[in-house]
Amino acid sequence: MSLLATDPNDRPRLRLPKSLRNPLFVLAVIVLLGVLVMAVFAAQIAPYDPLDMVNMPFLWPFADPSSPLGTDQLGRDLFSGIVQGSRATLLVGFSSAVLGLMIGTCVGALAGYFGGWVDIILMRVTEIFQTMPTLLLIIVILAIGNPSIPLIAISIGLAAWPMIARLARAEFLSLREADFVMAARALGYPTGRIILREILPNALPTLIVGASVLVANGILLESAVSFLNLGDPNVVSWGSLIGNGRTQIRSEWYLSALPGVATVLTVLSLNILGDRLTDILNPRSGERS
Amino acid sequence: MGLLRTIRRTALQALPTMFGIVLIAFILLHLMPGDAVDAISGMSGSSSQETMEEMRAAYGLNDSLPVQFIRYVAGVFTLNFGMSINYSAPVLDVIMERLPATLTLMFTAFVLALSSGIVIGWAMAVFAGRWVDRLLTAGSLLLYSAPNFWVGLMIIVYFSAKLQLFPAGGAETIGADLQGWAWFTDRLHHLVLPSCALAAFFVAIYARLTRAAMLEVLRQDYIRTAHSKGLHPMLIQFRHGLRNALIPVTTVAGLHLGNMLGGAVVVETVFNWPGLGRLTMNALAARDTQVLLGILLLSSIAVIVTNVLIDWLVSWLDPRIRS
Repeated sequence: MSLLATDPNDRPRLRLPKSLRNPLFVLAVIVLLGVLVMAVFAAQIAPYDPLDMVNMPFLWPFADPSSPLGTDQLGRDLFSGIVQGSRATLLVGFSSAVLGLMIGTCVGALAGYFGGWVDIILMRVTEIFQTMPTLLLIIVILAIGNPSIPLIAISIGLAAWPMIARLARAEFLSLREADFVMAARALGYPTGRIILREILPNALPTLIVGASVLVANGILLESAVSFLNLGDPNVVSWGSLIGNGRTQIRSEWYLSALPGVATVLTVLSLNILGDRLTDILNPRSGERS
Repeated sequence: MGLLRTIRRTALQALPTMFGIVLIAFILLHLMPGDAVDAISGMSGSSSQETMEEMRAAYGLNDSLPVQFIRYVAGVFTLNFGMSINYSAPVLDVIMERLPATLTLMFTAFVLALSSGIVIGWAMAVFAGRWVDRLLTAGSLLLYSAPNFWVGLMIIVYFSAKLQLFPAGGAETIGADLQGWAWFTDRLHHLVLPSCALAAFFVAIYARLTRAAMLEVLRQDYIRTAHSKGLHPMLIQFRHGLRNALIPVTTVAGLHLGNMLGGAVVVETVFNWPGLGRLTMNALAARDTQVLLGILLLSSIAVIVTNVLIDWLVSWLDPRIRS
């Protein structure tokens, strides 16, 4: 033991894995932290209310220092819109992912642990939700209720959980046979405890990485919903900003382009994060170096 | 023998899924505020309480929920999705009228995405770890992260507003009344930008999939055997590598059909494409519930049928699955 510890080739345990020191990964983390700070301190960062007319209409970016990213057809500040819009966008992205993670983990855990007819029925239900076109299901749910941020998040979460359920099922299927689970069973632990305290903590890293994809998807779906004018008209989000710029896309294209760039950067960072973390959890897929 | 077993397996898998989707649609229908009679009387100005009760009885809306559900299931399986209150026509007719435009868009985008995705993914796998791979990986990750409607708008800004190469919307030149070849090229001209916008996201998916599948296949023993037989590397790449790598790509392509339909709804809105997307938005504005649910049900049926067909195709392509 002591020989191993003094071996010069032995890496210290706390050193970040190689894939985490990748510049792209670091950049993605910085972007995400930046967006997070922007959303949390939106009220302090944004100079104006994004729904207030504060300046001349159709100011181009960098033309006027008081509206650094320009203004729209009503003279509303685009910079304030993007900063405030990050709130709704991130809120829907994260809360829908949490909902999807919870439903998916419950369904997948039960299916994977118990197997048999429980597995058959739950996987059938998963397939039903996977078959229905996600966006159409969301649109129908939004048509039932009044459009609001919570309803959008719930509808996206309800439509997006099957992916997590499949992941969770696979994890539970393999962990169910692990030695420590056998031991827990032999000790007579109740089933609920085995699932929650023994297997779940081991399955969670994989599931959380899967959920990073859900956040990215949630942001994309939210922006599509707001772009289609199905969102709350009193709440600014990146999607609604892009939709708002659509009417003068031929001349003032920056109105749609800039909120879109913010969306792409955020979603891209989440996808890079998810990719890298998957590589670490599953070294076999890490072909790229 | 094998065929019969395949059909039985398919029926056991596809029918319960279909039944579940109909159940969900039925629940959603009853969660909607107001019923069909409310909607009809709303459209015609107003109706007395008595006429509304009569209509409810005539439409069977007073029956118990299980009875209504059985009638609903029977309706769906005979492709009767009810009446559209907005168009005063059967939902199926309303949808069928718009379907060709959406299918044209989706088919073009699908062919575009699959062919370019496979070529890009193949190049990524061949040059795995080198700069070509890194560049293409970054590019596909970027496409994968962009909302399709935004891609569509940016395409309009550059190719339509700036370069004036393609029209920014619609499916044909309005009022041109073209015939034959001119008609065809006009339609094609209008199809380019929307199908590129719709394809962008899926190019990324198929490229990533092809890359992963190729790398997996190239590790297999039969590839080493082929090399040791002295076959030309190019021949191995295509005949043994790509052909086997395409199997998982085909399967996943089928799973993404529903996503592509959702994407088409948004892209159609951007390009004023006269298909299901615009129908969905009109139905939403008019609270035309039956049309919305009809689109959801029909597209789900389409996804199920396509996946069954792909299942058969794959088991025919890959003898390992057949057993």
